[in-house]
Amino acid sequence: MALVLTACSGGAAPKSASSDAPPPGKGKAFDHDPFPSTYKPYPGVPTAIVHATVYDGEGGRIENGTVLLADGKVVGVGGADLAIPAGAKLIEGKGKWVTPGIIDVHSHLGDYPSPGVEAHSDGNEATAPVTAQVWAEHSVWPQDPGFSRALANGGVTTLQILPGSANLFGGRSVTLKNVYARTVQGMKFPGAPYGLKMACGENPKRVYGGKGREPSTRMGNVAVDRQTWIKATEYKRKWDKYEEKGGEPPSRDVAMDTLRGVLDGEILVHNHCYRADEMGIVLDMAKEFGYKVTAFHHAVEAYKIADLLKANGTCAAVWANWYGFKMESYDGIPENLSILHNAGACVMIHSDDQNGIQRLNQEVAKALASGRRAGFQISDEQAWTWLAIAPAKALGIADKTGSLKPGKMGDVVLWNGNPLSVYTRPEKVWVDGAMLYDAYDPKLRPVSDFELGQPGEGDVK
Amino acid sequence: MTRASLLRGLGGALCAALSFSSLPALAETIAITGGTVAIGDGSQPIENGTVVIANGRIVAAGAGVAVPAGATVIDAQGKWVSPGIVAGVSTLGVMEGYGMSEVNDLSADKSPFSAALDISTAVNPNGQRIGTERSAGITRAFVIPSTGNTMFAGQGAVIDLGTDPDPVTRPRAFQYVEMGEDGMHAAGGSRPAAYALLKAALGAAANPSSADFASKDALITRQDAEALVPVLRGTQPLLVHVERASDIRSVLALKKQYPALRLVLVGATEGWMVASEIAAARVPVIAAALIDLPEKFESIASTQSNVGRLAKAGVTVAISNADISEGPYESFLPQYAGNLVALTRMPGAQGLDWGAALASITSKPAAAIGMDGEIGSLRAGRRADVVVWSGDPLELASHPTAIFIDGVAQPTVSRQTRLRDRYLDPVEKALPKAYER
Repeated sequence: MALVLTACSGGAAPKSASSDAPPPGKGKAFDHDPFPSTYKPYPGVPTAIVHATVYDGEGGRIENGTVLLADGKVVGVGGADLAIPAGAKLIEGKGKWVTPGIIDVHSHLGDYPSPGVEAHSDGNEATAPVTAQVWAEHSVWPQDPGFSRALANGGVTTLQILPGSANLFGGRSVTLKNVYARTVQGMKFPGAPYGLKMACGENPKRVYGGKGREPSTRMGNVAVDRQTWIKATEYKRKWDKYEEKGGEPPSRDVAMDTLRGVLDGEILVHNHCYRADEMGIVLDMAKEFGYKVTAFHHAVEAYKIADLLKANGTCAAVWANWYGFKMESYDGIPENLSILHNAGACVMIHSDDQNGIQRLNQEVAKALASGRRAGFQISDEQAWTWLAIAPAKALGIADKTGSLKPGKMGDVVLWNGNPLSVYTRPEKVWVDGAMLYDAYDPKLRPVSDFELGQPGEGDVK
Repeated sequence: MTRASLLRGLGGALCAALSFSSLPALAETIAITGGTVAIGDGSQPIENGTVVIANGRIVAAGAGVAVPAGATVIDAQGKWVSPGIVAGVSTLGVMEGYGMSEVNDLSADKSPFSAALDISTAVNPNGQRIGTERSAGITRAFVIPSTGNTMFAGQGAVIDLGTDPDPVTRPRAFQYVEMGEDGMHAAGGSRPAAYALLKAALGAAANPSSADFASKDALITRQDAEALVPVLRGTQPLLVHVERASDIRSVLALKKQYPALRLVLVGATEGWMVASEIAAARVPVIAAALIDLPEKFESIASTQSNVGRLAKAGVTVAISNADISEGPYESFLPQYAGNLVALTRMPGAQGLDWGAALASITSKPAAAIGMDGEIGSLRAGRRADVVVWSGDPLELASHPTAIFIDGVAQPTVSRQTRLRDRYLDPVEKALPKAYER
């Protein structure tokens, strides 16, 4: 019933509004959540994982540790002396590791799903350089087999699905729990803020330059960006005035709604950007228009400007060592993560890849090894922040998940060995305290609708 | 026999040698002692082994191997020694990146030629990717052209990644053809179109006098037909990229009409479904390493257990970067092989034991194209492509501490390490970063 009411109240501003009507108040003129999450945690049982090595995701480590789950939450994390509630299901973790569920801040599962046929190419609305009006969730196919691989092989419990990088303003992202549902609303992470995907550099200029239109250069990219922010600033001014003082409501513009959300700090900017110099320009542009870049994604040259990123409070989401696949990735180095970490900047791993998302722990292991070889002293448990609390912060959900702290969602992975070893795999994965993958139980291996009745159905994969 | 001092000096000695351009001569005899030696032929690693190199070749490797008098001794205690990694599907030396058409020689959409194209003519040993991948322990690669105007991509080459100016180990080492979804597009739109073109081309190669190359309707140029003669005779392997089980069967059936064909399957994500047939046909596979998604309809039954199941059925199977989209770096191969070992601990999965996993990225790709007598293992007589690793070469934290190609020491640094050193402290000092070298 609550849902129906939300939907009804969620339309455009009342047509009958007039100068006599009272102002709706800040942010109240229209529904900001017209496709609300219907995700519900699946039931779990009180669980105690014991005798394992625990990385808490915030840089802490406990040997011979205990993690307690109940009512969908982490309710206790401690050493061997932590009291285990009567009746809790015991999971023996000797020789194994427990970590928070992995968070991928950059994925296209669902909007570039498998099979990657033309009919499924739903990630880039590459018809105009500014498509801030599109929302990735409206492209996500919840049956993408990729979700199950990310869960079972990667221990991924949360992921942000972004539009692609063809456009300067690619549209809204959506953050999902990695739990299959019939609708995308059923996967939406409750309470996660929206993101705005932006792109700088080669991709937008190539896509539109190839069509013989602006932008065809990097200066064209920034020009169109700034013109758009000017428009958004004006849109925000009109709506702020209306919400505060009433009168005739301005016209709705779905694209501008999103940009106004950014200017209000309600929507987080995730900016695809490779080169250090371009990131510097984007940071100045953000200052010019009064918004914040939450994270640069790909950020292959972030290591060159670690101090600048730190000073701006902007995170870098990067690959471990992708490099050289295009000109703007020419200077990629595997020490990117560790140089940023050492400089005190916010940094995390990301996949942007349906295969890479299955091995983000291994990517972190490689980046860590490169960093240590370069002389940085970074512990295993500190490196684990790169795929736990750091992406949680960048997604605005660090109060809910991203580490093993009492009160947080019971998003947990039990690894069958050291998760920074190539020989280790997830053994069990819990999402909100419910065991949703168990290597030893074929029934706890999701098979998407697409795979049902097809060759290979239910295989270990 | 001052092992300890040699161990300490190894890294520095190599750097010094390089900086003074006095690389060890080809003829130099080198003994790498005390390390865990992995031969690369499928056998398990040998503790406290010795590898002896002379004249650019492996003399001996294993336990109880004597150090020849006068040999330069490299102490590898606590380290691992393996053959260099052989990359089975690579663009090294012929492509630097997307959006950089000036350094992309992979395919030629507008050329009248296809099978006749010879990728070895394009290989640039000075590209930054060769240096970077070499420093990760990759010593040889199969450079494979991409299809242009037909499903024939042309003739691939085996290259070394050494600093020497001649990178080509074997030009025209194989012909490469696309026969699945990629092939149907290149051939005009369907699988039957691809088979019609393949048979027409092989027919022209078999009987050039009856082929009408001059007609404007000719399907293939004389040069392309001539390039297919060694394929038809079985003196040049035919690498066929194919994924679907039914497509694999169709390719295997080609041997009925052309019994001399030396087929090699590339990709083969559904190979496990027809593993016994591939084994019976004695056709080797250079498989996608870990592809487990139905990224294409032709790979709907893909699973990471594919390689393990093929090997168990008796197929000679290597792994490669085939079918991996972005970031297909040759340096990922040891990681992929390690993952195949990890599968042996997963209920219901089929992986490879450690020795077989290392072989899948060393001797097995070499064997697939008939070159395992030359490269891919530390067995006596092979080219001395040897890597000393800080630890287990398949483990994520390991890195090469010494690299030899044809017995010649190679740098373990690269353009990437130069960038790293410049930006270890990203703050600018008294002069801009451009002055830091």
